[in-house]
Amino acid sequence: MSDQNDLTLRAEQEERLRAVWKPPEGLFLRWTDVNNNRVGVWYTLTAFGFMLFAGVLALIMRTQLAVPENDLVSANTFNQLFTLHGSMMMFLFAVPMFEAVSIILLPQLLGARDLPFPRLSAFGYWSFLLGGVFVGGSIFFNAAPDGGWFMYPPLTTRTDLSGLGADIWMLGLSFIEVSSVAAAVELIVGVLKCRPPGMRLNLMPLYAWYILVVAVMILFAFPPLIAGDLLFEMERLLGWPFFDAAKGGDPLLWQHLFWIFGHPEVYIVFLPSIALFAMLIPTFAQRHLLGYPWIVLAAVGTAFLSFGLWVHHMFATGLPKISLAFFSAASEAVAIPTGIQVFAFIATLWAGRVIWSTPLLYAVGSIAIFTIGGLTGVMVAIAPFDWQAHDTYFVVAHLHYVLIGGTLLPLFGGLYYYWPLITGKKLSDRIGRIAFWVMFAGANLAFFPMHLSGLEGMPRRVFTYPAELGIGGLNMASTVGAYLFATGVLMVCIDLALSPTRPKGVRNPWNAGTLEWLAKPEDENWGIRSVPLIESRYPIWDQKDFVAKVDEGRFFLPDAEEMKRETIVTTVLDARPLQVVRLGTPSFIPMATAVALGSVFILTTYHLYWWSLAGAFVTLGCVLTWLWTGTAIIPEKPEKSIGHGIVVPLYISGPSASGWWAMFITMLADATAFSGLVFGYYFYWTVHPDFPPPDATGPGVFWPMVAMGTQLASWAATVVAREVHARGQVLAARSLLIVGIVLTLASLLAGLAGPWFTGLNPSEHVYPAIVWVLAIWTAAHAGVGVICQGYTLARSIAGRMTPRYDADLRNITVFMHFLALTAVVTYATIGLFPGASS
Amino acid sequence: MATLSLAGCNRHQSALAPFGVEASSTRDLTIILLIGAVVIAVAMSLLIRHAIRTPGERLTHRQGMKLVLWAGGVVPTILLFTLLVTSLPAMRPLPTSRADLTINVEGEQFWWRVAYRPPNAARVVSANEVRVPVGRTVALKLMGGDVIHSFWIPGLAGKMDMIPGRTNTLVVRATKPGRFRGVCTEFCGLSHALMAFDVVAMEPAAFDRWLAAEAKPAAGGNALFAQYGCGGCHAIRGTGEAGAIGPDLTHFGARQTLAAGVLPMTTANVASFIRHPEKTKPGVRMPAFDHMPPADAVALARYLQGLK
Repeated sequence: MSDQNDLTLRAEQEERLRAVWKPPEGLFLRWTDVNNNRVGVWYTLTAFGFMLFAGVLALIMRTQLAVPENDLVSANTFNQLFTLHGSMMMFLFAVPMFEAVSIILLPQLLGARDLPFPRLSAFGYWSFLLGGVFVGGSIFFNAAPDGGWFMYPPLTTRTDLSGLGADIWMLGLSFIEVSSVAAAVELIVGVLKCRPPGMRLNLMPLYAWYILVVAVMILFAFPPLIAGDLLFEMERLLGWPFFDAAKGGDPLLWQHLFWIFGHPEVYIVFLPSIALFAMLIPTFAQRHLLGYPWIVLAAVGTAFLSFGLWVHHMFATGLPKISLAFFSAASEAVAIPTGIQVFAFIATLWAGRVIWSTPLLYAVGSIAIFTIGGLTGVMVAIAPFDWQAHDTYFVVAHLHYVLIGGTLLPLFGGLYYYWPLITGKKLSDRIGRIAFWVMFAGANLAFFPMHLSGLEGMPRRVFTYPAELGIGGLNMASTVGAYLFATGVLMVCIDLALSPTRPKGVRNPWNAGTLEWLAKPEDENWGIRSVPLIESRYPIWDQKDFVAKVDEGRFFLPDAEEMKRETIVTTVLDARPLQVVRLGTPSFIPMATAVALGSVFILTTYHLYWWSLAGAFVTLGCVLTWLWTGTAIIPEKPEKSIGHGIVVPLYISGPSASGWWAMFITMLADATAFSGLVFGYYFYWTVHPDFPPPDATGPGVFWPMVAMGTQLASWAATVVAREVHARGQVLAARSLLIVGIVLTLASLLAGLAGPWFTGLNPSEHVYPAIVWVLAIWTAAHAGVGVICQGYTLARSIAGRMTPRYDADLRNITVFMHFLALTAVVTYATIGLFPGASS
Repeated sequence: MATLSLAGCNRHQSALAPFGVEASSTRDLTIILLIGAVVIAVAMSLLIRHAIRTPGERLTHRQGMKLVLWAGGVVPTILLFTLLVTSLPAMRPLPTSRADLTINVEGEQFWWRVAYRPPNAARVVSANEVRVPVGRTVALKLMGGDVIHSFWIPGLAGKMDMIPGRTNTLVVRATKPGRFRGVCTEFCGLSHALMAFDVVAMEPAAFDRWLAAEAKPAAGGNALFAQYGCGGCHAIRGTGEAGAIGPDLTHFGARQTLAAGVLPMTTANVASFIRHPEKTKPGVRMPAFDHMPPADAVALARYLQGLK
């Protein structure tokens, strides 16, 4: 493109880009921003704040435990402290921090202008903030959850033994889990669909690979917990006995659902740190990372294995020996891909010319601490050793070595590495190093003695311990270490606080080779000047005149002629340009939706069901407004040029569109939550010989079969509607959608009619309870199906959907596929499964 | 490490001071694992140090990949596989026979219901103390009464959960006599930290004599005990007091500690616990006997301590 030599033209382009991407300003309006730069920073700061808060809770605990038989805090306060410390560090710091950092970095890593769904990021942030303040703030009202971060029933489900805190945990954190899943959808679609042209999967920066792996893990790990939360609250609020052994329930079902989430969770918070290593180690070794494909395979392998070892948290529950052996083996096996990743880093440092720096110090120091945590992890994976170590301070030591070495210190390393990228200024190397050594010493002094206090008989979650145990000295050491560690964290905070007073630095201060370092110290909000063609994993090092060509707009999409926020959508495998997608602009609607949805969860906590129902309608209204005004907008022209003679459409639908992928991925998460409930049904059936109880009446065969049949018919009507619509038969498609709506409604009612007419009483026994839950889940989805079909019909009638521009119809068809699947599984299970209906 | 071991050292509640076959073999496993962990950690540190200090281009890509393959893949796989295979036998419980003593233990907030079930004799109910004969195999049947608890005698064997609706079996064999301590290790509510119990390992003959004595009813009743309605919750065999909600007190005076391993068994402690149990154990199910004159509490305590 020769015209990029024209300086005036370039200046005009820059002016247009600047205007289009100008962030909203003003006291109120600035909070409507949806751009990843600002939302990512809010997100990161909030998660950092929650981390500091949870850290202070830990200091109070360590003070209480400094000497035996101390009475600084009561048992009641202590139980709230450790529950909140664990829950906040996991749900409000480790996972959201990864998502927050990724929201900032991903577009830069991929040379995109923003993520595909900026408003979804903003929605995720506001949900996170609201839910986090709700859960964390509860401690100031002495109402914080106090059942441990694992919330084992029946202690937590019996309303005589646990109060409001349990509801706050379940509902507040469910809300945050929803926002975590939303962010995961955003990040997966971002990695798969928003890469720059030429960046095939095997040229992706490793951080993007890890984002993909971790986000997919979130997608499959969080939903079982959401399903568990649902059962849990049904028991607490309505008395449906899912975990009550006296009525056929089983407390172990919760443990399974919790740890199916809980163990992958460990890798969800650990892999992003490895991802940071994978970015900064090549920079400071000044060479390509060794063994790229091995690292990718190891990351995928770790993710895969992590779903197969949850039972090692349950070794002491009295499992069959074969389970012990299997899960011991699986838990050992996960160490192997971890070893591969760590040794790939060591080999890269060995092969390269190492430039010693503060971020590298953090990386190496964390690997050392993590190694100790990993080794004790191998120890507790052996069931006989675990029977001694389980639920003692040995495990407290193990998990803190893992999380400090595998999450916290790498994040601080990442902070020192990426701070210049985000602010244009370096942090102080000197303060950084001192802080590192203080934290390193503090962590070891705090947590190393705990190995011994655990084996010397100190259980976890005790607010006091007797002096005769002889572990006063070890505990005092731990307390001193904890304060030392906190001092190091404080130093980092001071360093950050000093940053605004420092001058801007140079571009790419570490001389890194990856795309994100194109960012200039005085950064523009547009993300990247022009979207480059990628031919290497380290384009800044390897591609000739790369930086200049990007800056001069010589690559793709250097302009915003139509004054719209745009980025390029490419194919999943080989990143060929497919579309220029128009992105969401600043809006109040994500915040409003988050507040409305939050009100549903929060009001339910206080048993204000009618208000909560009202909140649900407001949420629905917000979502429909959001979709109607902001998505699948028919562009003013069918296609546009992105430069170099490439012309791509402005609107695509179906399996190549980012919206379709988002729907598909969301539904995968939804189906995973549903399988959590189905797992519950078959768990009871497998483990309890009296399930269903011999004298029980099921929902019958008739109504479930009617419900299944009508749902399948509705699905067929939708699929046919999509096909005839694509051929231009709009009226036929509309009629089919109307038929579909009627059929879905019929299925909804028939699904509930089964248990209703046979008078199944869900608070009597677990069998009617789980049948009702499956029926209600499916009926609720049918309700959403009706809304989807009705919405699409309305879009067609309003002229916002045409045979050429049919993303709405194609996306709701994805929903209908999953709805049909849900209906088939539910109605076959409750209606046809042996012994189900007598 | 060595200094730390010296600093924290107790002989009655430690996985490192075993008095049972299972805890001994686990202690040996622990030592092997610890040595392995220290060797690997030191080797890794030295390797990282070397990797950073080596100037560039000394390690080719091919050599680097070999390092990843061997040090990251092959060697760990061999080590872990060996570890797994050698530890498998330890996952098998000790064999039991019909002639073995069975002890039922049920966890309650925040105490332990104990019942001895000798093979050819009637069951003997007790609480907050577990006695085992040295050298004989004992099957512990563990149940959860109200919420989940976990039964752990560090010196005897690993822990096992007590879950409502299930019965878990833990098979143990003590190897030397002595007084030890066990604790609850599953968080079970406000006084989880105060839910312990005494463990006494006795020579077999002494154990048999003790069990026979424990099976006998108490020496006699007490007017205050009846007057304050203590029998609503507590049983004292032979006196007609048969409450089953709280701990059995038939041989209360013979126990070493009070309130599930929390207080030494003195008259003053018993008397004050009767009047204000919640001061010792937050969340305790026993109501406070605030209105009871201290003199009555002391008299009651003397009576209970006399139940040997």
